Amino acid sequence: MTVINRIRRSMIFLNTQRAALVKDAFVYKPDCVILDLEDAVAAGEKDSARIQLYQTLKNVDYQGVERWVRVNALDSDLINEDIRAAVAGGIDGIRLPKTETAAEIQAVAKKIEAAEKEFGKKVGSTMMMAAIESPLGIMNAYEIATADKSRMMGIALSAGDFTRTMHAKRTVAGTELFVARSQLLMAARAAGIMAFDTVYTDTDNEPGFKKELQLIKDMGFDGKSCINPKQIGVTHEVFNPTVQEIAHAEHILEAVQNSKDNGVGVLTVDGKMVDIAWVEGSQRTLKLAKAAGIYKGALV
Amino acid sequence: MKIKTQAVAGTLESSDAQVMILPNSSGLKITLDSSVYDQYGKHIIALAEQTAKTLQLEDATVKIVDKGALDCTIKARIETAFYRAIDQQSGLPWEVL
Repeated sequence: MTVINRIRRSMIFLNTQRAALVKDAFVYKPDCVILDLEDAVAAGEKDSARIQLYQTLKNVDYQGVERWVRVNALDSDLINEDIRAAVAGGIDGIRLPKTETAAEIQAVAKKIEAAEKEFGKKVGSTMMMAAIESPLGIMNAYEIATADKSRMMGIALSAGDFTRTMHAKRTVAGTELFVARSQLLMAARAAGIMAFDTVYTDTDNEPGFKKELQLIKDMGFDGKSCINPKQIGVTHEVFNPTVQEIAHAEHILEAVQNSKDNGVGVLTVDGKMVDIAWVEGSQRTLKLAKAAGIYKGALV
Repeated sequence: MKIKTQAVAGTLESSDAQVMILPNSSGLKITLDSSVYDQYGKHIIALAEQTAKTLQLEDATVKIVDKGALDCTIKARIETAFYRAIDQQSGLPWEVL
């Protein structure tokens, strides 16, 4: 299974109830789509959205865009059929909303396994991610992230419910989310899975969106949930390594290799001291650049 | 399979289709109102007949108002209307839809 070795800068939510949204969303070239069966879908249209999901998965070629589904919550009476439809249709991964404990992930993994067996899919072939939307979920983030090591691809912060349950107010600076973002990110990194930030709802405020993207990129997030196609290009632009970052990473890898050959442990690259600890970050930069199609070199 | 109540699925939005299924006593009847009838009318009706056959839907009128939907959406709306008409929300035979 390809859990973390692909680029996932953008994950755009699509209301599966609406045929016009799901028929060709791949043209916007997101890294992933999240076909939503949960909050975006009206209560009386859950059945319709689920059948639309299945037929879309079976018949629309998303041209390499990874396909996720946000199923309804574990305590709903909808999730079993959501999972059956998604797995039967060949979904890449299932995103569980409102996750608060590792036991919830394990319970959903069992449902997925049952569906994989029922529809002749390889057991373990369906990935999972958890949306964390409450203080309890944040407190349990590491346990959630490690609840199913073979399926869990990532964890994501969902700020709407989180700020509500924290009695907090959304601010431009994101102060109310700083601890949650940090704790979620540390849990993901400790578990060896990916971390995704919450949506930015002010879709007409591109400067504000860019500022938030830069913040989460600098913190270490792998990508961001999007709600509008116009957010995809900006997200990729910010998450892609710059020409300078790529050049610097190349210099480091070349210099470290040369110094290793010469028996030197610490050296100076582009005016800064570097050592072996810089290698991993430089490799990650070049891998990301290569996956984004902006690095053609052979160092990674 | 015979249905006892009528049901509707879908919308009249662009790229969607609205499908109504009603019981009747004289076999399967399909009607189509489509903005692309001249180009795709026969194809859509054949698709609806095949979908009805898969669902074992008999003795019903299927009214389709198409607004330029993909085949998979037309199929999905027929299936949704059918399962609403027989009041089945879970345990669907996904492997044959």
